[in-house]
Amino acid sequence: MEFMPLYLSAKLATIATIVLIMISAPLAYFLVFLKWPGKSFVEALISLPIALPPTVIGFYLLYIMGPRGCGGAVWEKIFGGSLLFTFTGIVIATVIYSLPFAMQPIKAAFEKLDVRLRENAYVLGLSPVATFFRVIVPNSINGITAGAILVFLHSMGAFGVILMVGGSVTGETRVASIAIYEAVETMDYKTAWMLSLAFLPISYFFLLVVNKLTRN
Amino acid sequence: MGLKCTIKKQIKAFSIDVAFDCPAGKTLALIGPSGAGKTTIIRMLAGLERPDDGQIVYDGMAFYDRSRRVNISPQKRQLGYVFQDYTLFPHLTISENAAFSAKDRNEVDDLIDYFGLTELRNRKPHQVSGGERQRCAICQALATHPRLLLLDEPFSALDVETKRVLRAELKKIKEERAITVIYVTHDIHEAHYIGDIILPIVNGRVDRAWLERIVAQQAAVNGQAKVARVPKLALAY
Repeated sequence: MEFMPLYLSAKLATIATIVLIMISAPLAYFLVFLKWPGKSFVEALISLPIALPPTVIGFYLLYIMGPRGCGGAVWEKIFGGSLLFTFTGIVIATVIYSLPFAMQPIKAAFEKLDVRLRENAYVLGLSPVATFFRVIVPNSINGITAGAILVFLHSMGAFGVILMVGGSVTGETRVASIAIYEAVETMDYKTAWMLSLAFLPISYFFLLVVNKLTRN
Repeated sequence: MGLKCTIKKQIKAFSIDVAFDCPAGKTLALIGPSGAGKTTIIRMLAGLERPDDGQIVYDGMAFYDRSRRVNISPQKRQLGYVFQDYTLFPHLTISENAAFSAKDRNEVDDLIDYFGLTELRNRKPHQVSGGERQRCAICQALATHPRLLLLDEPFSALDVETKRVLRAELKKIKEERAITVIYVTHDIHEAHYIGDIILPIVNGRVDRAWLERIVAQQAAVNGQAKVARVPKLALAY
């Protein structure tokens, strides 16, 4: 059995999850607690990956991250290489694609918080940033953990976006979902079964944890 | 010195339009029926809501002054605020809550002792009673050395006996520390017990006639013996 695709999937999911939580938590704060013009437009933009097919998002990202796209051109100027067909490229694509899936549980957790906790922190002299770290995050930890797990699972199984942006470069972008697809294409059902079976207990265990956290 | 306040604010059902003073070290009891605008007034004093017009000045420092476009944030007003319901931080213990923004850790220990929370210091808020939570909320507010202490019906959810004990503890500590206190209540006896000045608020306005009516009704119910206990009316407006 090939372990590299599973390792790459786990590595991709772990890095994407860390990045996503670091982005989603402050973003959810801006969306839930602050009033600013254009908020609903930004909110809809972030949620687009839920509504669009992964291949469509993948196609847009392929263009944006390519040498002619704004993202790819800037990346090339700074780092001197292409973003496409690289591990970094699929991490960025996964982060964009999974952002709404991380945001939703964190936003829901923030919305459930009693507004007076924040007000009490302000009256006690805490700045909004200190309130975020000392009051909001500790009291939303279940929502944040649920968001992290959902995004981890979502990233582990990502296929369409990764195929479009990363292709299938062994040891770089050939993650488990792509390896399974290729195994089926070449009628190597043994490899497809082994890789698919590896997903089942991991996903089931994490979903049990999410259900427990959501109930709490 | 003390608090000087002139506030106007349009809220859903009516407009708030009040003016009052509270000398330093005194307690002003804001009394009125539910929905009279008392909590909105105290929230404006704390900076949690913004008046439409007016001026809030404490010890010469303008917290809010529309004409000068001043609106100091709640963080910079250096107030203590005890909310109506329990707003302790659920992830922290009683002791950590009390010391949340404390200036002096030793003083927090003294406050915890004073309010009889020593045995409960390592428990979380959900593991103690309502009265103990409010004791901790008062510790939390006092530990920041507030210039002004705002209490919004802090004992309304408690049983009669706990309420009586806490009122006495609060009265003692505010006299010891000579803190200026704004105390919101709908209970005339509580206002009379705690307040040096009583300000009746009805539909966002000072309404002395309402208070006199309530006092007369209470006197009729309780007998002539208590008629003489007419509260100290605030005539600052």
